[in-house]
Amino acid sequence: MSTLATTAAPYDAEREARARRLRGKVWSGFLYGLMTIFLVNVFLMIASVGLNSIAKVWRGTWLPDGWTTSWYFDAWKEFQLGDVLWVTFEVVGAVVLLSVLLGVPAAYALARREFFGKRWLIFLFLLPLMVPSITYGIPLATVMYQVHLAGTIWGVIFANVIPAMPFVILVMTPFIEQIDPNLESAARVFGARTPQMFLHVLTPLLAPGILAAALLVLVRTIAMFELTFLTAGSDSQTLVVALYYAVFAAGVRAPQSVDAMAMVYMAVTLVWLLVALQFVNPTQLVSRVKEHPQPA
Amino acid sequence: MTPTGHAGADRTPWLVAPAALFMLLFFVYPFLYGLWLSFAPKEGGMLANYAKFFSDTRLWPTIFTTLKLALPATLINVGIALPIAYRMRIKTKRQKWITTALVVPITLGTVLVAEGMLTYFGPRGWLAQVLQFLHLYDGPIRLTHNFWGVLISLVISGFPFAFLLLLSYVTGIDPVLGRAAATLGAGPWAQFRNVYLPLLIPGIAMCFCLAFVQAYSVFPSAVLLGAPAGPTRVISIAAYEAAFEQYDYSLASAIAMMMGLVQLVIVAAVLGIRRLVYRGPVTGGKG
Repeated sequence: MSTLATTAAPYDAEREARARRLRGKVWSGFLYGLMTIFLVNVFLMIASVGLNSIAKVWRGTWLPDGWTTSWYFDAWKEFQLGDVLWVTFEVVGAVVLLSVLLGVPAAYALARREFFGKRWLIFLFLLPLMVPSITYGIPLATVMYQVHLAGTIWGVIFANVIPAMPFVILVMTPFIEQIDPNLESAARVFGARTPQMFLHVLTPLLAPGILAAALLVLVRTIAMFELTFLTAGSDSQTLVVALYYAVFAAGVRAPQSVDAMAMVYMAVTLVWLLVALQFVNPTQLVSRVKEHPQPA
Repeated sequence: MTPTGHAGADRTPWLVAPAALFMLLFFVYPFLYGLWLSFAPKEGGMLANYAKFFSDTRLWPTIFTTLKLALPATLINVGIALPIAYRMRIKTKRQKWITTALVVPITLGTVLVAEGMLTYFGPRGWLAQVLQFLHLYDGPIRLTHNFWGVLISLVISGFPFAFLLLLSYVTGIDPVLGRAAATLGAGPWAQFRNVYLPLLIPGIAMCFCLAFVQAYSVFPSAVLLGAPAGPTRVISIAAYEAAFEQYDYSLASAIAMMMGLVQLVIVAAVLGIRRLVYRGPVTGGKG
């Protein structure tokens, strides 16, 4: 009896462990399968836009019947892409500059000092990231139309700074917290005023953080549709809004020409995304993330 | 400013002033103005806009049209993202590649996803061709210009968002905790259920709220991929039409306020549920 029990127990344990490993494998295979289906479909979707933009005709076959680059020239002329790209460049540049100039000092004050009303300010800065842009964009556009700011490039810039600047504050705060306050005290001891200290001590130390924040804002602003859509006029459209109108009026224009424009938009976004990914973690695009040390 | 800058006159907090002023001017003021404007309709009494909203059959059903899209989309996104993010909690090469690949649909944005879907998921697109080629489905395939098109687009742009957000929460939990449970004999499921899940609840609630808020304000894909006159006439389309087609900014503000209110109710409900199932520190894992 007793010998039987001792031989059966390890056998059961081994079988149990094997069954568990199998279950784990099936489960993780299922999860990777889902992920693969998702990614394959997304990339085939992008590829079909790309192929369509260089297709002569493509109707219900596996591949287009012939190839041409003329749609790009058409799109460039038809959608005035030169102007649109220039406006996009101006808007995005100004948004990045303004949100860094406003956001970094604010993040510094919030990270370093306790003062009256700080909790309320933090709440105020978080709010635009929680409330969707359409909800505050419509009242904002109403006010901008009254003061004749809507339809101008400045209206578009100010509207886009609203979500961008709090994002800079969120990204910058952990960077500032990790800087030793003694460095600032030392600068003070040697007689540096606040602006000097900012320029000569903090800015060099914060440069990686500022770069990361600026790139994240840049990528997000290129893709920011709603606020630009609500506040832009015909000559202050950014690329994404121009693309929306092109798709919206797709019946009027050849789909290949719209897809050519989509490819231009995609190229602009992806180039900056690739630059950004050299300096930031992908998860930072959606949230504030501190790199957690992984203990061995 | 005095050259020495004594501690008695610490001006550092004032550095926040320009940013705060900007927010007051461009965020708080327009919002309050919109709220006031919604109670000052073009004609009728104070509540005329809201009365109109709840009696007009082109307006009030948009709340439920939008919920019908946003709730399933959010449940799908968070529900699928959670196990996958949990599976990939350990930093590997593969995790890096997948997170990088998933950033692409987020940065491309909803408008490009809509245009891509029109080509790819359309009745003559590659997906329909493959399904018919393999005889998996022989009927006509309609995945654009209807409810499904908008739902798929919400998953394409919302799933990577939910995944990356949850991944940042999961990787924030010290893996030593799971290993400690394993030495005490906890299997993978028990580790997840009793160690990780309780610590993840606040993150899941946050992720659900943010993903929902995004899905609820769906606009470009509902117009481009949906049927904006009927089944996907979402609330932001109603607000946009009121503002820029009827030029009734007062009614548009009222719709925007209703939109904010519905979101607030859902967010409050999620946070309430979280409080019911989870009592403990809001930040978990370390220390």
